[in-house]
Amino acid sequence: MTESDNRKTSTIVGVDVGGTFTDLVAVSPNGLHLAKVPSTLDDQSSGVLAALDAADCEISALDLIVHGTTTTTNAVLERKLARTGLITTQGFRDILELGRRTRPQAYGMYGQFTPLIPRNLRIEVPERMDSDGHVLTPLDETAVKDAAKALLDHGCEAVVVHFLHAYANPTHERRAVEILRSVWPNSYITAGHVLLSENREYERGVTAAVNASVQPVLSKYIDRLVLALTDQGYARDLLVMNGNGGMVHAQSVAKEAAKTVMSGPASGVMAAAFTGRAASELNLISYDMGGTSTDVALIRGATPSISNEIEVEYGMPIHVPMVDVRTVGAGGGSIARITSGGLLDVGPDSAGADPGPVCYGRGGTQPTIADANFLLGRLRPSDLSSSEQTNRAKNVRHVFTEKLASELKCSAVEAAAAVVKVANTKMAGAIRMVSLSLGADPRDFALFAFGGAGPLHAAALARELDLPRVVIPARPGLTNALGCVVADLRHDFVRTINTPLAELSCSQISSVFEHQVRRGNALISNETVDLECVDTIFSLDMQFIGQTHLLRVQIDDPNMSAIDLQALFEKAYFDRFHVALQNIQAAVVNVNCSVIGRRPPLDLSLLLDKDIRAKSVIEAQTDTRNVFFDNTWMQTPVFSRDALPTDATLRGPAILEQMDSTIVIPPDDKMSTDSIGNLILHIGGAT
Amino acid sequence: MSLDPITLTVIQAGLQQVCDEMDLSFSRAAFSPVIAEANDRSDGIYAAEDGALIAQGVAGLPVFVGTMQYSTRTLIEMINEGQVDAPNSGDIYIVNDPYLGGTHLMDVRFAKPFYRQGKIFCWLSNTGHWPDTGGAVPGGFSASATAVEQEGLRLPPVKLFKQGVMDKEIFSIIQSNIRVAEQRIGDVQAQAAALLVGETRFSALLDRYGDATVSEAIGELKQRAAQQMRSYLQEIPEGTYTSEAYIDSDGVINEPLTICLSVTKSDGSLCFDFSSSSAPCLGPMNSVRATTHSAVYLAMRHIFPDVPMNAGAFEPFDIKGIKNTFLDAQYPRPVSGCAAEVSQRIAEAVFAALVQPLPNRVTAAPAGTSGNFALGGHDPDRGRDYVMYQISGGGYGGNADHDGLSNGCSTIGISKAPPIEIMEQAYPVLYHHYALHEGSGGAGKHRGGFGLDYEVELRRGHAKASFVMDHGRFGPQGACNGGDGGTNKVAVYRDGLAYTPDHLSKEQDIDLSPGDRVHVQTPGGGGYGDPLDRAPDLVVEDVSLGRYSPAQAETLFGVVFTGSPPAFDAQLTEALRTKKRAVKDRAH
Repeated sequence: MTESDNRKTSTIVGVDVGGTFTDLVAVSPNGLHLAKVPSTLDDQSSGVLAALDAADCEISALDLIVHGTTTTTNAVLERKLARTGLITTQGFRDILELGRRTRPQAYGMYGQFTPLIPRNLRIEVPERMDSDGHVLTPLDETAVKDAAKALLDHGCEAVVVHFLHAYANPTHERRAVEILRSVWPNSYITAGHVLLSENREYERGVTAAVNASVQPVLSKYIDRLVLALTDQGYARDLLVMNGNGGMVHAQSVAKEAAKTVMSGPASGVMAAAFTGRAASELNLISYDMGGTSTDVALIRGATPSISNEIEVEYGMPIHVPMVDVRTVGAGGGSIARITSGGLLDVGPDSAGADPGPVCYGRGGTQPTIADANFLLGRLRPSDLSSSEQTNRAKNVRHVFTEKLASELKCSAVEAAAAVVKVANTKMAGAIRMVSLSLGADPRDFALFAFGGAGPLHAAALARELDLPRVVIPARPGLTNALGCVVADLRHDFVRTINTPLAELSCSQISSVFEHQVRRGNALISNETVDLECVDTIFSLDMQFIGQTHLLRVQIDDPNMSAIDLQALFEKAYFDRFHVALQNIQAAVVNVNCSVIGRRPPLDLSLLLDKDIRAKSVIEAQTDTRNVFFDNTWMQTPVFSRDALPTDATLRGPAILEQMDSTIVIPPDDKMSTDSIGNLILHIGGAT
Repeated sequence: MSLDPITLTVIQAGLQQVCDEMDLSFSRAAFSPVIAEANDRSDGIYAAEDGALIAQGVAGLPVFVGTMQYSTRTLIEMINEGQVDAPNSGDIYIVNDPYLGGTHLMDVRFAKPFYRQGKIFCWLSNTGHWPDTGGAVPGGFSASATAVEQEGLRLPPVKLFKQGVMDKEIFSIIQSNIRVAEQRIGDVQAQAAALLVGETRFSALLDRYGDATVSEAIGELKQRAAQQMRSYLQEIPEGTYTSEAYIDSDGVINEPLTICLSVTKSDGSLCFDFSSSSAPCLGPMNSVRATTHSAVYLAMRHIFPDVPMNAGAFEPFDIKGIKNTFLDAQYPRPVSGCAAEVSQRIAEAVFAALVQPLPNRVTAAPAGTSGNFALGGHDPDRGRDYVMYQISGGGYGGNADHDGLSNGCSTIGISKAPPIEIMEQAYPVLYHHYALHEGSGGAGKHRGGFGLDYEVELRRGHAKASFVMDHGRFGPQGACNGGDGGTNKVAVYRDGLAYTPDHLSKEQDIDLSPGDRVHVQTPGGGGYGDPLDRAPDLVVEDVSLGRYSPAQAETLFGVVFTGSPPAFDAQLTEALRTKKRAVKDRAH
């Protein structure tokens, strides 16, 4: 058998743990296995095993498991962290508590902030570098030993070494780590400069502190999962998803655990990019609407935007390269209310998963977006008998009448339509701001809608944003698991050099690139996963001298001259801001390189279950019901999406239902299909 | 009412979006770090006839919440009176005159008429803080100017852009009078481009909903905002609430300036009366009318953040008694302290008055100073001149539910302080520490947040240090029997000798030589509620974390530590607290 034959016969599993569900997609030559089981947040591995079981996977026969986990996300947000100590430069232990002089909101003079490491576990030692990396005070090695002992006496499990200007000269941090290795009982030692070589002491320190304090948590979890899988006869690789949308091997993931903190949303965006490439939709806005919030990301040329400046919550920046996913505070559970000015407003308060919207019947009493969709005939909980449906509808109508319609002087249904309209307006505005802040005009993109609620609102949002098309993947509710299946191996490197172009020699940049490529290749060659090729992407973060904002410029040739770089930057600047600035010198701030091990492409048509397809569109119709569109009830056909012929076309109004999502096609929009199972909605009949 | 609430909501969101996109465009393209990084700018839409605020970007600097409508109104009046050339399509006026609806000279306003069918439909305007507009002190924050001419170049409203084309002659006058002039063209372009973005987006909104509908919605939204503000004001019982707040000095005459405020609630409105506040001062701690009004508005918005921002929200407020006080300075009084310092003290007075009827909404006083420390000199190693600013935060006041935040940003700002590593990279300085200002949180059931404590050394060359800070004389006031926050302290060590500025928080041009150091401690927030009601375990935690010494815990909170190392003593604590309470009761 040739190598490529070998690949075709392998079975790859993507399994993603979300806040509510653990999703699984298993792709093998014999067909597709899917599962959606409740997440087990105390120990996510039992949910993973349950998903494998539910999908009828024979674990010993699997060739690769790729795992997305929210273990570290939850640990950070709920502060269920390992006890961690800090050893830092004399005079600066409070950096982690002082932050950058902020408050959580523009208006309201209050806020709460708990530093990751409490003050009594932050110990100072004599040492000091200046900004050029010259030693002003040598490292007091005895003080480091004493600090380590004190922290161990305080019960610390992990430790951070964070010295001022270590990005310029890491000698002191390295030496302190060496000393710690001889006394610290485990390997949970993080040096600030290793994850992030950037000149901002708060951001670098927090990134290191996050890393250290989730390391033991992640490491124990991975050990548990590997053990459980091995018990069931699994002998191959386990890869774990990182926030940059790439994967790393399970045995090395904990070393840079901070990179997994924002991995949840990243896998969905990777799936969107992959699907878009296969469908020739290279520019997408990915739109993942769930129960409490909506994640939005920009994909250009089938490549997701990456940011080094994600803030996980107030005062908690994690400055490592991650897929730039922005969260918009609207989800199915967002609550609608009338302000004291008599206007309708939706969100940001949410009914969450518990009690959830009224229509879930779990005791919710506040009108939500999901309830509005329910009243309008768009959403229909599938597990209910018709009498239960009627009862539920009565409750929802009652809540809408009481809380909204009586104030708005309209009917409950009109209030529901208003809630959806206001929510769409706000979401569209937020999506516009996201794309504009990344320098893109949203009209140049198609909307890639997934998540449980995304396909419900996508067509209306696209109309609001003036987007021509919506792409809805074959399995909207399993997109994150698919992202695990298709993701590549990826290592990102950032080096801050902060030098004006005039003072820069050509070889200075190329030697940084060379070093980064070498490190990336070394890391990737250690992996045993099948790869098709290894790609490198070079970029520079630049600015005009005197500016603080950075603009990322893609570099094709790593040996470009300073003159060419200045011209390239001026052009990029003009394209972005429509401002031409000559005679102002540019500077290179960061030198970035990504080394990507491309995995063999997956044939997305495998996601289609062709056996259950009806012969015609009519035969796929399951029901007709009244759905409220444009101020009027319309008799609307309901189809089973999985039964639609693979080449079906439709004209709205129509509702498509499937296991993990409901799709709304408003009147006037057309739907078509592509060969890999995506539905394409053409807004206003546009092509 | 003919417009339904849903259309209103949607148009409101649309207007907001126009402004937010202007804010975004301005910040992203701006050159000045003050605008790009610190977001010291604001963009909005203003009514054609009187400049009333229609909508303003949510990310705008709070101090501009009320100033721009005054600025636009003044411009409209001057046009109507023929003092300023009448507008044409594509014109952009530039103005920074503080007395014409402004703040300090560095806040430069652009205003552009927005035309529909040949008529002005509204004005689009923005303000950006330029890093320099000339004057005696680089950056413009003078501690001792005595006339506005010393503070910088003053621009009356003139058309910088005429029918879309920049007037290079006007710009060259500006450029010749300001520092780091070569970079200003970037800010000018960004500021003008933001107005263009606003024009495009607002046109799209009007095309979609129709000019008449949008006009009607604007009127209706104004009424609704007023209605919403009035409904919140119902929480305040009818009556008069008084407060005072103090500025350390004007920087020239070393005496405190007093803001006397009495707030009267009647008939659903609030009247803010500032009469008997101090007279206009010689030094730069004067405020101008627009800034004073804006300070009241921003304080009210801190208290009721959900009310949409348009002129209606301010309708229930009547501000009076500022004439002939330092809160309504006239030409040529110096005003460079108005936006950064005086406005924060006005907000403190509003908080201190309204925490009485609104104890669950309003906090004790926050640090309330921008903590401006400027160092200007020559770096011999790099062969260039520099001006460095260190702004710093302070503690916030405790409130009904929680302790105050530590090292929060100023009341009027939203900007971050620069990292130490970047400061040391850019300027010849070395920080010796950057830490919590221990003991500075005002005592209370919920204590104030802590200020900042830093010490910085000049490494090379000679330099001049200037300070424009406040709360050196009195700490930020506590509320509901809480104690005041720690005061601001400045000490300069020259040749090893400590020097404290006469005005405590303000001084200009202190000579420094290599090795000299500056030590600054910023104010802590005021405490909220009786410190004797603070749970002893919280005090024990604060002491174990070194935020207060055991001695401070005993004096401030009546919590006793004995032995060595000091350990909490429950019995002695109870006894001491009982005694202290009895003393307090007798005093009442």
